[in-house]
Amino acid sequence: MSSDELPKDLSSDELINLYKKMLLIREFEQRITKDVGRIKSPLVHTYTGEEAIAVGACAAINEDDYITSTHRGHGHFIAKGGNINSLMAEIYGKEGGICKGRGGSMHVADFSKYMLGANGIVGAGPPLALGVALASKMRNEDKVVLTFFGDGAANQGMLHESMNLAAIWKLPIIFVLENNMYGWSTPVHYATPIKDLSLRAQGYGMKGLTIDVNDVIEVYKTIKEAVDFARNGGGPTLIECKTYRWGGQMTMDADKYRSTEEKEEWKKKCPIEAYKIKLIKSELIDKAFIQKIEEDTLEQIELSVKITKKSPKPDTNTVLDDIYKNPMNLGGN
Amino acid sequence: MGEETKTMRGLEAIRLAIEEEMERDESVFLIGEDIGRFGGAFFVTEGLLEKFGPERIRETPISENAILGCAVGAAMVGMRPIAEIMFADFLTVCMEMIVNQAAKASYMYGGQISVPVTIRVPFGTGIMGAAQHSQSFESWFMHVPGLKVVLPSDARDFKGLMKTAIRDDDPVIFFENKRAYYLTGDVPLDKDFTIPFGQARKFTEGDDVTIVATGAMVQESIIAATKLKEDNIQCEVIDPRTLVPMDKKTILNSVEKTGKLIVVDEGCKTCSVSAEIAAIVAEEGFQFLKNRIIRLNTPDVPIPYSPNLEKAIIPNAKLIQGNVKKLI
Ligand SMILES: Cc1ncc(C[n+]2csc(CCOP(=O)(O)OP(=O)(O)O)c2C)c(N)n1
Repeated sequence: MSSDELPKDLSSDELINLYKKMLLIREFEQRITKDVGRIKSPLVHTYTGEEAIAVGACAAINEDDYITSTHRGHGHFIAKGGNINSLMAEIYGKEGGICKGRGGSMHVADFSKYMLGANGIVGAGPPLALGVALASKMRNEDKVVLTFFGDGAANQGMLHESMNLAAIWKLPIIFVLENNMYGWSTPVHYATPIKDLSLRAQGYGMKGLTIDVNDVIEVYKTIKEAVDFARNGGGPTLIECKTYRWGGQMTMDADKYRSTEEKEEWKKKCPIEAYKIKLIKSELIDKAFIQKIEEDTLEQIELSVKITKKSPKPDTNTVLDDIYKNPMNLGGN
Repeated sequence: MGEETKTMRGLEAIRLAIEEEMERDESVFLIGEDIGRFGGAFFVTEGLLEKFGPERIRETPISENAILGCAVGAAMVGMRPIAEIMFADFLTVCMEMIVNQAAKASYMYGGQISVPVTIRVPFGTGIMGAAQHSQSFESWFMHVPGLKVVLPSDARDFKGLMKTAIRDDDPVIFFENKRAYYLTGDVPLDKDFTIPFGQARKFTEGDDVTIVATGAMVQESIIAATKLKEDNIQCEVIDPRTLVPMDKKTILNSVEKTGKLIVVDEGCKTCSVSAEIAAIVAEEGFQFLKNRIIRLNTPDVPIPYSPNLEKAIIPNAKLIQGNVKKLI
């Protein structure tokens, strides 16, 4: 493996950042799942095993480009530059959470980072992406939208309507299909008759690609190309990223529908390990530096835990705040 | 004599009803997401795939519109499908098939056909589900002529009403309260045990205050009524069990006796189940009332994630108790 494989348009720091971000997502979720049982939320979905998608994809867009996320949104949140303290506090339902404890794990959003929200409704992100992309186009803002969704979501009517509309209006959207082989317990080969879901792009007259996301660099390069195409007015692209979630569907899932062998096989293809080896071979970092990154990451996370623990529960007197932005007209003359 | 019963949880009572009806009637089949090997999000259908096979336990991709389309279409030509929507919140995705198709078909086509579909939906709070996994939409469907709306609150009623729903020739939306899934009760084992629609159930008798409650609020009301007995206040707790058709008679008879009414439900207040019941009593039983009607609901707010916020907005036994005292 030579350093030639690393993209030339990313600086050394940016390349190392890809590693840092993936590791941060991994360790962050390891830490919270250890604890989540205690807060009794059965609906926390982890991204473990899929980190290369969010990190590679978000590296390919600008800070002020948008993303829409899914119910499995912690990784997207962190990859888009969201703060892990407010992420953790949100997952624990604290006032210091990014949504003040109102949203929780399935609804983490950081609009200041153009991260338009995790979403509890499977398939609801892509239709919203249409409007975001349309607004950018109408205002000549030159922004693109990455809309993440799963292989399960791919079978929602909403997805098909969205891809068609994006295609006829040439909206600057990248449909990032995270095919982790299962929608809850349903294997993708049961839910769809085709091997590569990117094939569907043809039916909408857009380009479709399937990539292996063991490799964050391949994700980066593929998304970057689609982003450049979209920004130049070429319209949307569908990119299917083949991946695997290491954990259960969510915290309450006993995960009895997947074999141990299958899981172990995928764990051998860890995107973080693979990239670490690539970085070391390219001599961008050495083992000591790796160790330093690992220590820093864990330190950051422990700080989050501390901040989260200190953050108060939301004040029940504020429970009716934020329902509307404008005060309700109470009428009566 | 005495009926033969078995103690089981609500979710098992639903399963038993489905199992018995599938054995009885070949045209009954299940359709939904992860209802087979996984057994459904709340494990209601666990074991049914092994028993009935994939032809009758039909797992689908994540496509709520297609699930309801399939179920309603099959029902129009004489099958008796049971469609599961994982969380009531996702009903929004397949509203069309329910509201404009299933509910309208019999009338719009001049009575030529019926649509004997049962739509099962878990609903309600209590699992940190936040804004998109906790909602109580039952009152929306009361507003759609052509649908029957069922909302049992314990294991016995789950079984009896589920069997009636499956055998009924009209589209039935069957709301399953998440908290009630885990309540145990004695369930009749008679394979022909059914509970007719439109018959409310009285849990306690009393002359002082009528409490009409649905879903998880029934248990809260029973707790409140038990506590109030210590103060010598006798409440009559009534669960309508089916919202369409609504057993007005039982409610009005009770209010005639007590002269006081509290209505409790978990949906948000505006246009809720409690709004309808209060309106019925105000319109048809005004002469009985000795005090204002009190409605206890979740306020008009999306359900928050944080457990302490959620707890603060959902009516409970203490709140009911306090309000009963206000009326006395
Ligand atoms: C409209 C809707 N239907 C069903 C669900 C329940 N549900 C939550 S996650 C999930 C599986 C989603 O699979 P996929 O889109 O592949 O994403 P993954 O979980 O694999 O990341 C299901 C069925 C939901 N949240 N929303």
